[in-house]
Amino acid sequence: MKSCLVVDDSKVVRMVARKILEGLDFQIEEAEDGQKALEACQKSMPDAVLLDWNMPVKNGIEFLKDLRVMAGGDKPIVVFCTTENDMAHIQEAIGAGANEYIMKPFDSEIIQSKFSQVGLI
Amino acid sequence: MNVNDFEMIARLLKERSGLLLGQDKAYLLESRLNPVARQYNFKGFDELARAIRLGKDEKLLEDVTEAMTTNESFFFRDSKPFDQFRDLVLPHLLEHRGSRKSIKVWCAACSSGQEPYSLAMILKENEARLAGWKLEILATDISREMLVKGKEGRYSQFEVQRGLPIHLMVKYFKQDGDRWQIDDAIRRMVTFKPFNLLDDPSAIGQCDVVFCRNVLIYLDQTTKAKVLARIAELMPPDGFLYLGGAETVLGISDDFRLIPGHRGVYGLAGDVGHPMATAVG
Repeated sequence: MKSCLVVDDSKVVRMVARKILEGLDFQIEEAEDGQKALEACQKSMPDAVLLDWNMPVKNGIEFLKDLRVMAGGDKPIVVFCTTENDMAHIQEAIGAGANEYIMKPFDSEIIQSKFSQVGLI
Repeated sequence: MNVNDFEMIARLLKERSGLLLGQDKAYLLESRLNPVARQYNFKGFDELARAIRLGKDEKLLEDVTEAMTTNESFFFRDSKPFDQFRDLVLPHLLEHRGSRKSIKVWCAACSSGQEPYSLAMILKENEARLAGWKLEILATDISREMLVKGKEGRYSQFEVQRGLPIHLMVKYFKQDGDRWQIDDAIRRMVTFKPFNLLDDPSAIGQCDVVFCRNVLIYLDQTTKAKVLARIAELMPPDGFLYLGGAETVLGISDDFRLIPGHRGVYGLAGDVGHPMATAVG
């Protein structure tokens, strides 16, 4: 079973994402900001990260940059999932090492399609 | 909606598009046709049904047929067929069309353009190997509304997220308000034309590859056989036919055979048929 860390400051979004990803056979961990997400990765590196952009304490892009220089931090497949839907943000995310990008609002079909494109399912 | 109306509309669709509308799809009729009723200022479904029954307004009958033909589509749908196109079909054509240096692909039910544009992006990504080649992608559909949309190449945020890898979206799309516009370079590679699969396709000309995915499932056996026979006539012996994941030629057509090991890809059967399809498939 693959693991996915769901990082979003909205409890509702985390719950929705958890439901969808559990349906795709992922084991889910949750984090409410980039700092908590980094701590979770230090404990155990997930196979995938579903990552929000705007969060308090440490945002998604800061988390991603920190993750990619951590030991083993090049491994997880990172899929952004954010309301930031302009080309500049998307390019910045790809530049920082994101593997895929979901523009909110999302549904299970989009998550499934993106996760399958990056070889997670 | 009463049974007579349902049967009358089902008959119309069968005659005009070959579409088979089972009783289990009755729910679709009202949801798809209510927008048409509104557009024509009818006071509801019954009045629309009466006008269809009268059969005097050709435009209305066309609009009804269009509204009922399924238009669901997304980029790189099912992904595997496109991998096969890149890894199996394209290398074969590069090797065997070297003397004339041209490849023609026909998307026989292109809907709003995602399938032909997906193929165009694959060709574009391989342009180094295709330098000097003439590449034709013909995209046809029965629905003129879908063709307009396809030609335009503008998609919603939802549409560009279904099947399209982000690196291709960044490379080949521009954001325009809440829409995503496909690049002119890709748009120019595809020619959109109206075409009804029940019509004679000889004007389409010879095609090396035909995508006819998720169309046959809506047709009855006789119509399926007819469509396949006509596609066979347009194909060189080593052409490729793509059908949808839930479709088969088994028991419908002897013209085609599955290319072994490549689900969904078919070649012409028989002695002068496709070299890859000669094994039992």
